[in-house]
Amino acid sequence: MLQADFPVLSALIFFPLLAAIALVFVRKDETIRMVTLAAGVVECLLLLPLLGFDLSTADFQFVERHVWIAAWNIQYYLGIDGISVLMIVLTVLLLPLCVLCSWSYIGRRVKEFHICLLLMTTACVGVFCALDFVLFYIFWEAMLVPMFLLIAVWGGARRRYASIKFFLYTLAGSTLLLVAIVAFFIAGGTFSIPDLMSQNFGLPFQQLTFLAMALAFAVKVPMFPFHTWLPAAHVEAPTAGSVLLASILLKMGTYGFLRFCIPITPAASEFFAPLMIVLAVISIIYGSFVAIGQQDMKKLIAYSSVAHMGFVTLGIFVFTFQGIEGAIMHMVNHGIITGAMFMLVGLLYERSHSREIEDNLGLSRHLPIYMGFLLLFSLAAFGFPGTNGFFSKLLVLIGVFEASYFLGVLFIIGLLLGLAYLMRLLLAVGWGTPSKGAGWQDINAREWAYLLPLLAFVFYLGLAPGRALNIMGPSIENLLHNFEQHRQVSDNASEDILRTWRQPPPALIDPLAKDSPNAALLPRTATLVVDHAVTPRTN
Amino acid sequence: MLNFTPSLIIPELYMALLLVALFVQTVTDSIKDRTDWLAYAALGGVVVAALSMSQSGMMFYDSYQIDGLSQFFKLVIALGLAICVLNALRNTTLGKTPRADYFFFMFMSAFGLMLLSSTVELFTIYISLELASYSLYILLPLRNENPRAVEGAIKYALFGAVATAIGLFGVSYIIAGQHTTYIHELATMNWSFAEQPMALIGLGLFALAFLYKLALFPFHFWAPDVYQGASNETAAFAATLPKVGAIVVLVRLMGLDPGVEVKIVLAVFATLSMTLGNILALRQTDLKRLLAYSSVAHAGFVVMGLVAGGAYGLAAASYYALVYVVMNLTIFWVITRLADDGRDIQLHDLKGMHHSTPLLAFVLAVAAFGLVGLPPTGGFTGKLFLLNAAWGEGFYLLVIIAAINTAIAIFYYLNMVRHAYTMDQATPSVVPSTVIGASVALALALGVLYLGLMPQGLFDLLLQASGALLL
Repeated sequence: MLQADFPVLSALIFFPLLAAIALVFVRKDETIRMVTLAAGVVECLLLLPLLGFDLSTADFQFVERHVWIAAWNIQYYLGIDGISVLMIVLTVLLLPLCVLCSWSYIGRRVKEFHICLLLMTTACVGVFCALDFVLFYIFWEAMLVPMFLLIAVWGGARRRYASIKFFLYTLAGSTLLLVAIVAFFIAGGTFSIPDLMSQNFGLPFQQLTFLAMALAFAVKVPMFPFHTWLPAAHVEAPTAGSVLLASILLKMGTYGFLRFCIPITPAASEFFAPLMIVLAVISIIYGSFVAIGQQDMKKLIAYSSVAHMGFVTLGIFVFTFQGIEGAIMHMVNHGIITGAMFMLVGLLYERSHSREIEDNLGLSRHLPIYMGFLLLFSLAAFGFPGTNGFFSKLLVLIGVFEASYFLGVLFIIGLLLGLAYLMRLLLAVGWGTPSKGAGWQDINAREWAYLLPLLAFVFYLGLAPGRALNIMGPSIENLLHNFEQHRQVSDNASEDILRTWRQPPPALIDPLAKDSPNAALLPRTATLVVDHAVTPRTN
Repeated sequence: MLNFTPSLIIPELYMALLLVALFVQTVTDSIKDRTDWLAYAALGGVVVAALSMSQSGMMFYDSYQIDGLSQFFKLVIALGLAICVLNALRNTTLGKTPRADYFFFMFMSAFGLMLLSSTVELFTIYISLELASYSLYILLPLRNENPRAVEGAIKYALFGAVATAIGLFGVSYIIAGQHTTYIHELATMNWSFAEQPMALIGLGLFALAFLYKLALFPFHFWAPDVYQGASNETAAFAATLPKVGAIVVLVRLMGLDPGVEVKIVLAVFATLSMTLGNILALRQTDLKRLLAYSSVAHAGFVVMGLVAGGAYGLAAASYYALVYVVMNLTIFWVITRLADDGRDIQLHDLKGMHHSTPLLAFVLAVAAFGLVGLPPTGGFTGKLFLLNAAWGEGFYLLVIIAAINTAIAIFYYLNMVRHAYTMDQATPSVVPSTVIGASVALALALGVLYLGLMPQGLFDLLLQASGALLL
């Protein structure tokens, strides 16, 4: 570890923000691109202290904890464990690649574009680091605005429709998440996520809060039937926007399941697991079938994302070690593969100015290197042995089979459908007639630069996934251990939502209790009013 | 006893002095239109109000209380007035009205609101309210003899008079039931409906006068006409400060802890107010009219804090009042900058702002997202406090409806941002930019963000103030 007191996570979160502010004062387009690229590289260097991540513990590491709003017990509380660290690495690594893949694609309002990219990075890293529920929600919502602008300003023909749809869906989904957060605070007396994990809420309370959270996360994943914003947003977004959407935003949904739903509401998670599994299976089968029928390449990949995220959700809600391990691996792998696929479509679009398959037929003769990349990434997306997709899908498959043979069979059908839509795409783009690619330039140096790192990860995680698995192992064990312990609601579970009218709000008393874990963090000001807030007038 | 201590009421004395000076100006023909000094005078008012933040004491036979709550709201009013004056100094729609007259009434209204935040006796409250309202009645129609302005002003005055008359009528019931008009004595009384039905009804009627000012459903119908009719600069004033005055009185009244019946009625009003306000706002194309409906929705939010009651609820409502004022002043500042000829701004006037005035477009976006309640703006933090307080008191349905309302509201606020950032005008409009215009806009936007990220100090202050109110 670098220095014990160096705020590694804060630096990762706020460096892009500072870079975005600095960018306001830069004028020339080329300079803006260079500055953002440099900022992206520096941000990647800021990842280096994470090499000190301790593989032997499931505790949160690199913790930063400060009182923020004492009156409500809100903290600036950051920390990472094996579940979030890989997502942070992925988020940060994608920043310079996104800058590179937009180099010639974005021609107007270059400054605003790069500011949006940097703000997105800030918000996304923040989401994965936050251990205070309010802080989490702030990053979660703050992400919407730059993403909205990315789609609405630099998007395709129907960008206004797609951007509004994206914003409305995701915001409407997360309004009830806010209510759930408030409810957790009043029932549990804290916004701190690790503290909430150790509490034992009543079953009705767990069920209602689970549904409120799951709605927000399911819209983000997106799971059938909340997926309709995704194809629209993907198709209209610029390449970098699609990459961010597919590689990071979607993962936040499944990350939410792992970080919040299962640890905080374990009994409800088990109760609703059949529902989630059914929706996940529908997402897989439905998403794959719809992907088979698409003419637009971006739409095809978008629907394939629905299917892939279905694999992840399925892996999570079977509650087996391999299932969750595979799910997290697949979150990373899908981020890499689908990000690369969107980049490939984007660079093809720069040549043909069309995303339709029939406008991009038969490229193997004219763009062999491009076809090579497309082939490798498609194989990875399908899960060809040796690539990263194989490994994570295999793990999920083992986990799912462990839980149920029937589900395993459905899973394999989903896999085969994946082969169908990818082969259809490959055949048409590679060897379809009439061939379109005459005169188009093959991959140039800049494109090599952003595709190669992703390809390296495809093989690294495909051939040597051990290190990644070691990172997440203890956290998953801990997650499942707690889940096993808390899946049955104990008798002394705290009062549920159906409390009688106007009972004293525990949140306003609890934090003051001497044995409360947060007692030290509490303000003196709160003491003066609390009695009054809770005791009815007696005269 | 009279107990007159001038050092306690320096902000009020300062305002009174300004009013005298303005009065002299209004009757002196040669200097009637030289009002630029008011900018400095109003900023001085902010300094004075800030310096007297920590005062406390009782005056005028216990009818006038200087406490944390009153000083906080005086600062908010002084701040709001300063922004409104900076805004209105370039008012181009005054026509033949001497500028000194216009500002005299604006300052008089603010003066009344300052008194309102300190008064703790029902008749004194009533007189302060009338002082603030009558000045506003005169201020509203001053817009180049625009018929809409006159219509709005008459509507506001007529219904306002009725509302305050009902409030006065309510006072008579309270006197009949409780035999006193001093709030600190009323606080020791029993307010249950079973034992004091008359007093409770009286309290409800009295509160009605202030709910009218707040534009809470079903007393909201004046808002759209007044906002749209009045000139942009006047609307900025009318949309913000009178509501602060109403909120401070309502906070004091809810400090009486009037019982579940009143709370349920208010909760129903709050629910309807936020839902109807947001739904009606969806279809508006005139920006001020849209903001009027949005203010109806926001009134519902503030009342949510009042309904929750307790130190946390009242502090949350007060904090939201501040946030609301800052957000509205911000968006009105953008509107007045865009309408350099004083016209009503329509949604399509916002097109192309990202190109013609990037700074104002950014400020507009901050204000709009603040009004929705998106983090990291003050709108989110204020709303979070309200939701916490209301949920803690068991108003679950109210909280859920409030949260869902965010999803309704997002569309029309986002629409503004969409017009500003993603659309272009065929003939790009030229918005003259001034140093003051840009710097105040930026300061206001930063204020919205500051209230969102650093609420700690202010909220603690309010928590203490409202805690003291309940003792």
